[in-house]
Amino acid sequence: MVSYLRLHFTVNGTPQALRIPANTLLLDLLRDRIGLKGAKVGCSRGVCGACTVLVDGQPVAGCSTFAFQAQGAMVETIEGLARDGALHPVQQAFIDHAALQCGYCTAGMILLAKALLAHDPDPDRATIVEWLSSNVCRCTGYQLIVEAVEDAARRMRQAAQDDPGAEA
Amino acid sequence: MSTNYRVIGTRPIRHDGADKVTGRALYGADINLAGMLHGYVLRSPHAHAIIKRIDTAKARALDGVKAVVTAADFPVTPDRIVDLGEGETPLSCIRGNVLASGKVLYRGHAVAAVAAINTHIAEEAVKLIEVEYEVLPAVLTAPEAMAEGASILHDTLKTKELGEQTGRVSNVAEHFRHTMGDVAKGFADATVIVERTFDTATVHQGYIEPHNATALWNNDGRVHVWCSTQGSFVVRDTIACVLDLPVSQVKVTPMEIGGGFGGKIPVYLEPVAALLSKMSGRPVKIVMSRKDVFEGSGPTPGSHTRVKMGVNAEGKITAAEATLAFEAGAYPGAMVGPAAMTVFAAYDVANVTIDGYDVVVNKPSTAAYRAPGAPNAAFATEQVVDEIAEKLGMDPIDLRLKNAAKEGTRRADGPKFRKIGCVEVLQAMKASEHYRSELGGPNRGRGVAVGFWFNVGLPSSVTISVNADGTVNLVEGSTDIGGTRTSIAMQAAEVLGITAEQVRPTVVDTDSVGFTGVTGGSRTTFATGMAAYEAAQDVVRQMKERAAKIWETTADAVALDAGVFSHEGKQFTFAELAEKLGSTGGPVVGRGAVNPRGAGGSFAGVVVDVEVDPETGKTTILRFTSVQDAGKAIHPSYVEGQMQGGSVQGIGWALNEEYYMNTEGTMTNSSLLDYRMPTALDLPMIETIIVEVPNPSHPFGVRGVGEANIVPPTPAIANALYRALGGGVRLTRLPMNPPAVMRAVWSKAN
Repeated sequence: MVSYLRLHFTVNGTPQALRIPANTLLLDLLRDRIGLKGAKVGCSRGVCGACTVLVDGQPVAGCSTFAFQAQGAMVETIEGLARDGALHPVQQAFIDHAALQCGYCTAGMILLAKALLAHDPDPDRATIVEWLSSNVCRCTGYQLIVEAVEDAARRMRQAAQDDPGAEA
Repeated sequence: MSTNYRVIGTRPIRHDGADKVTGRALYGADINLAGMLHGYVLRSPHAHAIIKRIDTAKARALDGVKAVVTAADFPVTPDRIVDLGEGETPLSCIRGNVLASGKVLYRGHAVAAVAAINTHIAEEAVKLIEVEYEVLPAVLTAPEAMAEGASILHDTLKTKELGEQTGRVSNVAEHFRHTMGDVAKGFADATVIVERTFDTATVHQGYIEPHNATALWNNDGRVHVWCSTQGSFVVRDTIACVLDLPVSQVKVTPMEIGGGFGGKIPVYLEPVAALLSKMSGRPVKIVMSRKDVFEGSGPTPGSHTRVKMGVNAEGKITAAEATLAFEAGAYPGAMVGPAAMTVFAAYDVANVTIDGYDVVVNKPSTAAYRAPGAPNAAFATEQVVDEIAEKLGMDPIDLRLKNAAKEGTRRADGPKFRKIGCVEVLQAMKASEHYRSELGGPNRGRGVAVGFWFNVGLPSSVTISVNADGTVNLVEGSTDIGGTRTSIAMQAAEVLGITAEQVRPTVVDTDSVGFTGVTGGSRTTFATGMAAYEAAQDVVRQMKERAAKIWETTADAVALDAGVFSHEGKQFTFAELAEKLGSTGGPVVGRGAVNPRGAGGSFAGVVVDVEVDPETGKTTILRFTSVQDAGKAIHPSYVEGQMQGGSVQGIGWALNEEYYMNTEGTMTNSSLLDYRMPTALDLPMIETIIVEVPNPSHPFGVRGVGEANIVPPTPAIANALYRALGGGVRLTRLPMNPPAVMRAVWSKAN
């Protein structure tokens, strides 16, 4: 017998109130119910990170998180990053540095990088590598991803300097 | 054409960049059709068993189940040989791998499938399918399967021996031999002879996106399939064969593909989804779990290889001999043919014998993986060459340079090399700052190796339509795994004299473009690029006619330079002329359809430094340089990306990756937690050196770069480990994981 619960949370800034089976995974809720397909299924065991989303700014594996764990939280997916028609600096840096090949891990990597740069705007290479090591990319060998994150950090620091009031 | 390029060699951003960084790019599992059902596949729990009985009644009776399919639902047609782009294969093998008939041949072999209103019900329903098995002994390695009295997989498989049908039933599908010169004499002339055997474990391509397929069998009898594939036309033709339909009744829409590396050429789920859709009258989607991907898709063969090489006192290789026994998995077709083509390809040797054995075993039917077969072979050859260099007291690169294959060198399997870059790759390795740098510290070693992949041509089709604003739309059939939309568009842009951004490339379904082979064999930038080149030339020809019409002259009197059409002082930019097409005869559409030869093989080399922890056996890669001949790098970032990606897969293969099979033939590490692929933390930054020895068969000199880069990493790391351990003991089995390194350390201590 499936029990249901009511979930209140925001997804990419939009408040959501949904009645869901209690055992619903966050990833399934986002992909199948809300229709946000940007987070991907890779391993369903919280290892590959293709399903990474941000919950209150923290990267989590959507495949290994129950939806109810996001009760009251702010959930951010790759679809929520571009603002006012402009890509987020991390997204732009990934394009500029050819930091993707097949693109399947890309959403997770970008969200991971965004969380890192919110936590540490000027990470050294070792820190970037350590953060990125929670997700798997099979195409690139990571180098161009690391370079993209370094460049995004530079761009965001520059933007913050130019306009101290702007949102990070 | 001049080599003073405007677009080729630059680094424009990719056309699908915005889609892929915003989550808008749609992959196969993202499909959602009205009324769609979800499929689930029942897989064999045994590595080898006779299916005595299948009873699906209870599954059919479950609420929410709409269809159940087994091999009995396939159309009954006589067996025949088909060539679907991966060589000649009996249709019965392709069908048998999609759904087992009579026997299951590996753990994970698909037996039946259910379509239900959701995945959970489908999963419950397959548990209700009753299958009675008679379990048979399993054979899991090539030597085991070749042994006298081994359990036989296929009662109908008769060994082909040196081109002749023997009529003898065995697990050896084929034994072939390439030979030239006089090997006995060659070894008699040698002063140093090294002979060793090498083994490699089964490994997986490891694409992050699992296989998926969605099918709709429409009421007009046409089947529409959306899937993740390296070759939409291969999927179309395979479905048509398996389901006995004309190809015109099948339409395949390739979705974005989350990695393939060769593993997304074979067809697994598509015909099953199609049959379930036919039975239920609704679209059906099936997505593999990661466990299904490991157990039920095609990994790369494990292999058992013997290599013997002899050199004279001057360091000239006088003879080379190899025996390659490759595990095909459940059905014939191990990549032993390519292994034999590449095993000594880097060397100019007069006396060669190569024996290849294609052996079936109770493991998943193997598929291509990036230069399939070549890394297994190079792991052997490049270690033997390294050992010879040590015995001669020669620098390992110098020994290779002295024997390097070049234009005119004949390979034992027949072909004579046209222009190739083996020497140039070796020279670049030797000249690299990395190779000349000091390698300080204890427990450290440096290794080198080279590798070859021949690359392929195959058919490709492209059309280019000119827009009134001076841009063009380029339509192609090559699924884009790593940025080929852009590398193809750039070649059209170069011809048309416009920018890469002014070309809008789109990958379309099989109804909408001419036949195009797989994105594989490093062929896409080469062959589809060539089709784009031809289509662009066709556009230029037509545009010149339009200009000639306006200027009242002949087309051959109109010049095109840097995107400007001109005649006797009058000129139009490409955009100005594009605007006038409506008034000069209507739209301009260029077409290019090619089936090129002369793919132009690519050589790659690696210089690697490792450090071993003698207490734990852990190997750390300190520095890694990948060198590759790209012919002409269309988009250098993408070439570097291929080199880095191939290198890292090679590092994983060298140090860690392996199917752990228990004695019953069950893979015991079928998750990404236990089958551990390299993360950013496991790797150094991969340095790249692009060598450009133009391919004379391509208008811009392109050689495909997708594959050769994975060939040298495993032996280069083995050679580095040999030195890091202080010499005296070689690691001859992949992976060279910490237990293997510790065994080497202890064997030295004893």
